Amino acid sequence: MADIVAPAYRTIPIIPALIPGAMEGKGPFVASEKINEAIGFPGQLVEDWHDKAIAKMGELLNKYRSFRVFMDACVHCGACTDKCHYFIGTQDPKNMPVARQDLMRSVYRRYFTIPGKLFPKLVGARDLTREVLDEWFNYYHQCSECRRCSVFCPYGIDTAEITMAAREILDSIGYGQKYSNEIIGKVHKIGNNLGLPGPALNDTLEGLEEDVKDATGIDIRFPIDVKGAEVLLVTPSADFFAEPHIESLIGYAKVFHATGTSWTLSSLASEAGNFGMFIGNYDQLRKIALRIREAALELGVKRIVVGECGHAWRVAYSFWNTLSGVGGGAGEVDRFAQMLQKQLDHRYKQPTHICEFTWDMIERKALTFDKSKNDKHIITFHDSCNVARGSRMGDLPGGQFEIPRNIIKAVANNFVEMAPNTTREQTFCCGGGGGVLTDDLLELRVKGALPRMEVLKQSVDEHGVNFMATICAICKAQFTKVLPIYGFDRKMVGGVHQLVSNSIELGQK
Amino acid sequence: MPNIEVAGKSYETDEEGYLVNLADWNTDVANYMAQTENITMTDQHWEVVNFLREYFEEYQIAPAVRVLTKAIGKKLGAEKGNSEYLYGLFPYGPGKQACKIAGLPKPTGCI
Repeated sequence: MADIVAPAYRTIPIIPALIPGAMEGKGPFVASEKINEAIGFPGQLVEDWHDKAIAKMGELLNKYRSFRVFMDACVHCGACTDKCHYFIGTQDPKNMPVARQDLMRSVYRRYFTIPGKLFPKLVGARDLTREVLDEWFNYYHQCSECRRCSVFCPYGIDTAEITMAAREILDSIGYGQKYSNEIIGKVHKIGNNLGLPGPALNDTLEGLEEDVKDATGIDIRFPIDVKGAEVLLVTPSADFFAEPHIESLIGYAKVFHATGTSWTLSSLASEAGNFGMFIGNYDQLRKIALRIREAALELGVKRIVVGECGHAWRVAYSFWNTLSGVGGGAGEVDRFAQMLQKQLDHRYKQPTHICEFTWDMIERKALTFDKSKNDKHIITFHDSCNVARGSRMGDLPGGQFEIPRNIIKAVANNFVEMAPNTTREQTFCCGGGGGVLTDDLLELRVKGALPRMEVLKQSVDEHGVNFMATICAICKAQFTKVLPIYGFDRKMVGGVHQLVSNSIELGQK
Repeated sequence: MPNIEVAGKSYETDEEGYLVNLADWNTDVANYMAQTENITMTDQHWEVVNFLREYFEEYQIAPAVRVLTKAIGKKLGAEKGNSEYLYGLFPYGPGKQACKIAGLPKPTGCI
């Protein structure tokens, strides 16, 4: 593992030379029986996996109209081929989005279309053999569901949805991925992805209060399970545990302190992340989301604010309303969702992103900053895929791009953009999203980071950039790991609220 | 699951070489794990490993990086209470590498 090296930067960033089979057999660990059974999946590959997989595919085709359209609509125009960071970094032609999708499309044709049933060879239809199944496991775990390719698809085919469907089928026959499934088990059993039990969480938060007091001389609280608080903050558990994540948690606490907001964390909902989305499993997605509703009802909060977590914000912004009743859209017969709708204060966005919260306070002049405190940083911003392409912030189109940048500019003096074809809706994935942030996929993660690293290098050379801000726990962890492999300092990456924390003025307002 | 042989005894490990049964851990195992990670155990390494084990016993999880650096800083002096010092000891990341040697499960999540 230690001998993984960064691929060379491309001289001209175009389609790389193909290396067929470069990433064959380099998929992740398979989930064990114990891990699978803990979350209700078959322990290991079932005997009649072929029939079960095809049946599951049929079920998904009927359930999700979009999935069937995506299977039918592709004309192989090739617009997506060079848009995928994993293809660029690995040079494996099966990591071209169109080719990765065709691993499934060819099976779809064989079993669900008349030409494929009658003349499979003529239409590129394939039987679902064990080799094909292994290929699915391998390559559908070399997609981070970042949807950059979808931006360039003239038909709007959502590649992530195909990856999710593949993983859903694989899980249904007992052929799931260790990393994601183990984490989902921990959320149900302990309450968060990390498996941080209540006492450890309390101890960590108490320690933070001491540290912040030492650093600022001010009593900043990190309250947990406080009934009657106005705001429930739901944040990725990495914010309690890892560097640089924890610096942003300190930033949120300072913002709440400086604005006099009563807030609380919850030991029950001590995780914003929702890996149910990564594996495309609606039941898991919902079950994980419901913990947040339960916590909100129990604590009687009026607002739900989400911390710096990319996919959590996609789930919160796009799916929480129907999953759990946060926001509009709860079913009429869904009693607890209706209860939560009545409880929440609808003068505010439900849910609210922490960046929306902070920016709103900055606009109202409720916060002041000593921007010079960030002068040692020349900052750029890495848009996280799920925020950029799966959600929005504020009241205007593109708010998810503007608001984090507005905050950075309000709290720091030096901000520069990276190349425009790699930011905003065209942002490159960090290389670790969608359930691949695991050591067994480190080679993939290093190679997948190539396009972002190339552009970062450019901004380092041209503008002296020494800090890349982001609002996603996965991005932060991934870059901390891969930056040194590309010759950068791992501390170059950090959160937007880390910058807020550096320069916020406390106690004045 | 693969097994490792240390001093004539067999221990069950997972795909990445982490001990499956916490109770199996002993200093021989720790030294063996360190060797596979290209680390020569010194007193400084043991300070970290022992703290990890104590913390785990109380809280059933490895400590957050910040908790670890603070504890090491208190024990060994403020100049050592930072993540650079820990990365110096455990180059692949103090969280994961030190946990492995301490016989604790690997912390996973968005970290």
